Amino acid sequence: MIGFIQNLIDALSLGGLYALTALGIGLLFGILRLINLAHGDLISVAAYALIVPSVDVTARMFIGDFNILFLLPSIALIVILLALATDLMAFRPLRKATTPTLMIASFAVSYIIQNGILMIYGSRPKAINLWGAANQQIQVGDLRVPLLQVITVVVTIALMVGLSLFLSKTRYGVQMRAAAEDFRMAQYLGVKGNFVIGIAFAISGILAAAVGLLYVTQSGSLSHTMGVPLALFAFVAVVVGGMGSLPGAVVGGFAIGFVVTMLQAYLPPDLRVFRDAFAFAIVILVLLFRPQGLIPARNVIERV
Amino acid sequence: MALLDVSDIHVRYGDMVALRGLSLKVEEGEVVCIIGPNGAGKSTTLAAIAGGVRPYRGEIRYDGQPILGTPPDKIATMGVSLVPEGRHIFGSLTVAENLIIGAYMRKDKAEVARDRERILALLPRLAERIDFPAGRLSGGEQQMLAVARAVMTRPKLLLVDEPSLGLAPKIVDQIYEILLELRKTEGLTLVINEQSSNRVLKFADRVNVLRQGEIRLAGTAAELADGAAIRQAYFGFEHGAQPAPAMQTPTQASTGGAA
Ligand SMILES: Nc1ncnc2c1ncn2[C@@H]1O[C@H](COP(=O)(O)OP(=O)(O)OP(=O)(O)O)[C@@H](O)[C@H]1O
Ligand SMILES: [Mg+2]
Repeated sequence: MIGFIQNLIDALSLGGLYALTALGIGLLFGILRLINLAHGDLISVAAYALIVPSVDVTARMFIGDFNILFLLPSIALIVILLALATDLMAFRPLRKATTPTLMIASFAVSYIIQNGILMIYGSRPKAINLWGAANQQIQVGDLRVPLLQVITVVVTIALMVGLSLFLSKTRYGVQMRAAAEDFRMAQYLGVKGNFVIGIAFAISGILAAAVGLLYVTQSGSLSHTMGVPLALFAFVAVVVGGMGSLPGAVVGGFAIGFVVTMLQAYLPPDLRVFRDAFAFAIVILVLLFRPQGLIPARNVIERV
Repeated sequence: MALLDVSDIHVRYGDMVALRGLSLKVEEGEVVCIIGPNGAGKSTTLAAIAGGVRPYRGEIRYDGQPILGTPPDKIATMGVSLVPEGRHIFGSLTVAENLIIGAYMRKDKAEVARDRERILALLPRLAERIDFPAGRLSGGEQQMLAVARAVMTRPKLLLVDEPSLGLAPKIVDQIYEILLELRKTEGLTLVINEQSSNRVLKFADRVNVLRQGEIRLAGTAAELADGAAIRQAYFGFEHGAQPAPAMQTPTQASTGGAA
């Protein structure tokens, strides 16, 4: 029982990272029909921005040594600016392009960012110790929970609540939801298209920054492809949850986190190397029965 | 000076030509109707004015300013609002959110609140459902919401695309009542698309018949009141006479069918 609860907490914290990443991807898909595979690289940049830019093998902290009150906004700002730059340079010229074209563009952006990291920081993975204290365990009865997992879950929930308040209570949130549902109609009503898209990119940047910091604290290492698997799983989460549905992205993220963690814990040891194959098999099964995803987007009944 | 002056616009979707040299003038305070059969180019005309499609030739002036190529959100801030065909309600947003969307760009916040009250007083069915997701409204209620939402932008020029589409005649009557009421109280200038002339001849100042991307006939409602000229322009031949081949030009059609 204790073991299961421990696994469940693992699943929640991993699921939280996937869910936050999936939200970043899902938000842009909702508005732009863009499947932004470069989102994972924003996560990498959030982590790399902590250290002094250099090709040295040993990482020296730069922003990572700031007081957390400066660290968080600094990293967020860097990632937001990068996210906005990708929009300005790659996606804005393609506003009328189809989803496949946009996705290919995001591949290109992804490679450019990865190679940028290679050029500035070198190709070797680096060890980094951010917030080492967060890796201690807290004891609750017989349960020993890594503090970082608790932090991850709390941050995940806080960001989700924040995002949902933003979307439901602020004028920009309402405009974003309208634009996600019918972009052209929103423009006809004076909603500034590029501005709303810019906000969506900025939010995806904030989400990527949060994921990057949490992830690097846990993994303790930097590599130029560190964000890629996160983006991949998050993309799967978006599909499983229902393309274009934000609650779907969250549910999908947690579902994937749950499946991966439980497979890791309960598969026979010989089969554990095939964990991801099993996970994707389950994804395929889910999609066979629910091709629209778990929570399909906009189940609006169009009445005539 | 006309409030809206569309001159010689051409629109293409890929190889498909939708408008071939359409011109249209609308004076301030007028109600102008565009009627025409399926695929005539009515929706394309309104979308071009609102900035949703870009003509590759021609000119559009609104309030004296050239607006061709201006993005739709900018045109909306200039006072042009479109109620599109099929309503395009934001179904997952509440009725209240749908209404406020159009007013975000306005600076006169107090006026916005007053406009909202006025419109809801006119549309009690919407007032009762103010916190419902708009996707749950009936078709007629959605059409009213689409009109109300557009009016919340405080437009000078309101473009309404087939407000009667798919609605029962009684509901259509109500919608026209509301449009005409708004015209009176807000001093709106209206351009309305419809497929049939039945209703529009009663209240339009001027009627344009559009077919195959061209205006085939234009006149005041009084001039066109008896309907024969409209039918001829609309169908390309005198109704009841030998059907003309689809591609026949209007001149041929009129010599062939004028009997
Ligand atoms: N997005 C589009 N892509 C390609 N062709 C289009 C598009 N929109 C309209 N068309 C074509 O352009 C022509 C004019 O269409 P439009 O919708 O303006 O006509 P309409 O008069 O509004 O017709 P309806 O009464 O059916 O609404 C039609 O032949 C239509 O098939
Ligand atoms: Mg139409």
